[in-house]
Amino acid sequence: MASTYVIPTRMELTRLKRKLVTARRGHKLLKDKRDELMRQFLALVRENRALRERVEEAIKAANKNFVLARATMSDEVLTTALMAPKQEIRLETTTRNIMSVDIPVFKVETRTADPNDIYCYGYAFTSTDLDYAVKSLADILPDLLRLAEVEKSCQLMADEIEETRRRVNALEHVTIPDTEEMIHSITMKLDEAERSSQIRLMKVKDMMLEKEHHYKEKLVERAAEKGA
Amino acid sequence: MHKIAVMGDRDSIYGFAALGMEPFPITDPTEAAKKLHQIAEENYAVVYMTEALGSNLQKELDRYRESDLPAIILIPGTSGNTGAGMEQVKKSVVQAVGSDIIFGGDN
Repeated sequence: MASTYVIPTRMELTRLKRKLVTARRGHKLLKDKRDELMRQFLALVRENRALRERVEEAIKAANKNFVLARATMSDEVLTTALMAPKQEIRLETTTRNIMSVDIPVFKVETRTADPNDIYCYGYAFTSTDLDYAVKSLADILPDLLRLAEVEKSCQLMADEIEETRRRVNALEHVTIPDTEEMIHSITMKLDEAERSSQIRLMKVKDMMLEKEHHYKEKLVERAAEKGA
Repeated sequence: MHKIAVMGDRDSIYGFAALGMEPFPITDPTEAAKKLHQIAEENYAVVYMTEALGSNLQKELDRYRESDLPAIILIPGTSGNTGAGMEQVKKSVVQAVGSDIIFGGDN
């Protein structure tokens, strides 16, 4: 499949051999990287799925309470109740490196010291459904943040795995066979050239000896003598 | 320090506001796309978005898939669970493995 023409010289041969060694080593390393990434990814994606199921379930429950709260309270009261949130979440983001993929790690910081400080309204004019809704959302907050972390990691790793797989395949099915083919063809050409020059030398030697000793004439003479 | 944003219809997201996330009540997809770009430029680490809104912003979601931050996470809204969030997870699996092996795939 070597479509590119290579100059059959020893220098080119050495270069290609060196390239093949590098390609093989790169292929092995990338394959290892892909396998490890895949192992980590599968573990992560399973966690992602479990988390998502849990979070979706909890949000559904919270939304149910929320709808109930809306039904029992007037729009203004609800808006006023949630107008000035007491709590504020800040995330400190760092990254963790898994096989050259930087995945995010979140650390939660809340503005008020007590993370349960979520009810930003007096209880007088609001329904209990609102309390339940807010409480159930607050309960899944850690899961919700973990979900964000895990899901983003999965997305980033999926990207990296795809890229690594392409590179492994390119090396395995294109670069390495091509280089082997080229090395083979150069070796063949060099061998051929060597045989050719060997034969030429032998021929020249024969001709020189013939010129010096006249073997052929002597052979003819001897044959003539025998025949006589 | 990074903030957390919530996008979607007003009813679905105000509960999150009580937790200290920043609500962006938007339902119009074009406006949401604009807002999302603006949010992404700012200091937000996570954007929670309702599935109803996210299903109209597929292009934007794909765009932010590969970037580091923000992480855009789909959550079910008051209109119910459409499965769009799971779809995103499935997409990662298909992209990485080549076929869906986690969800007992139908593709």
